[in-house]
Amino acid sequence: MTILISLPVLLLAMVVQTAVVSRINLLYGSGDLILVILAGWALQERVTASWLWAVIGGALVAYVSRLPWFVPLVGYLLVVGLARLLQRRVWHAPLLAMFIVCFFGSLAFHALSLFSLRFIGDPLPIADSFSLITLPSVLLDLLLAIPVYVLMRDLAGWLHPAVVES
Amino acid sequence: MNNKKKFPRSWLTAIIILLAVGVVALALGGYLSSISNFVNRALVDVQTWVSSRYQAVVDFITVPRDVASLRQRNVELEAEVARLQTQVITLQQQVTETQILSALVDFARANPENSYKAAAVIGQDPSPFLRYILINVGSNDGIHRGMPVVTYQGLVGRVDAVTADAARVQLVTDPASAVNITLQNSGAQAMLVGSITGNLSLDMISQDVTVQPGDVVLTSGLGGGYPANILVGQVISVRKLDYELFQQAAVQPIVNYDQLHFILVITNFKPVEIAPLIPTETP
Repeated sequence: MTILISLPVLLLAMVVQTAVVSRINLLYGSGDLILVILAGWALQERVTASWLWAVIGGALVAYVSRLPWFVPLVGYLLVVGLARLLQRRVWHAPLLAMFIVCFFGSLAFHALSLFSLRFIGDPLPIADSFSLITLPSVLLDLLLAIPVYVLMRDLAGWLHPAVVES
Repeated sequence: MNNKKKFPRSWLTAIIILLAVGVVALALGGYLSSISNFVNRALVDVQTWVSSRYQAVVDFITVPRDVASLRQRNVELEAEVARLQTQVITLQQQVTETQILSALVDFARANPENSYKAAAVIGQDPSPFLRYILINVGSNDGIHRGMPVVTYQGLVGRVDAVTADAARVQLVTDPASAVNITLQNSGAQAMLVGSITGNLSLDMISQDVTVQPGDVVLTSGLGGGYPANILVGQVISVRKLDYELFQQAAVQPIVNYDQLHFILVITNFKPVEIAPLIPTETP
């Protein structure tokens, strides 16, 4: 069920990302809805298929975006890895963990994008990219974090109901 | 012990009748008008007071029912207003789209040497480092990689990737974009490059050429990537340093790339692939 639901959720997120979120700019940055969704999903305690969600999300973005195909794949796997790591350690403060994952996950994703674009021959100025694109994008991701976390918590609660021991 | 003689009843009746006739006669003769006016005025005042009190009581009883019906009517009217506002917005949007499409048709008619395929912009690349848009036509509509994309105002970019029903277009503002252009006034050749901020600039302008703000920038057609003479924008500032090999200039694009809704793909242009002709270093 978790795997079945991942495709429509991430497809819908992809549509919203390309049609809406990418057009809402702060300076020259924009939010990454899929990254935030993956972070919120991977932080849920009872979720087990978050790695698969990362692969599906990465594949969808790789299909649509001009970025090298491995960037979204590796980037989202990093985000999910960080979220699973924190989920075990900061389990009692899930929102704090969400903010940490979004912050460092966005930074890592952007660093990966920058260096991979440089590698394939599009050398972007690093300082300008950081101040004009990365920092505003991180801020937008943090703004998306709270509502997306709540949605993912509800979705996880619906797909993985808590077992009541009698 | 009643010594008073009882007055005969018939006399009493007669007197009353006579008095009444007398009063009527006096009234008909106009002698009682002041009295009748006084009485009438008093009656009217009393009637008015009673009527107003009655109306107040009736209002007090019936107003709550009217408020309920008014509220219901208000809700209905608000719903109607909301529906009409939605309709107005939809119609305004249709008018705007029609105006844009009309301008695109005019552009296509004014440039009959090319054949065009109109498309709607349906999204942007998820990565903020890249300036690509997604359009709703693809290989099923005859779109191929490398086809130039324009609006009725000027150059937009070129098709970068194609699926059956959609395509991805690289804008000229993309940091990796490079377009060969010519300056209309001087005929000088230069290269138009994008940036991460979406600003356009000219590079590779010879130091011998005089470039001035206001010069019109057109595609040159060199390199085979774009057709010639498509409007790009105007020079807004020039940077010329004696110790540099080339001048540089900032360009104000004619197209607002953040507000693209509809575009035209030039379908009869075949880009020339010059990559095999570029010499590469061999070990």
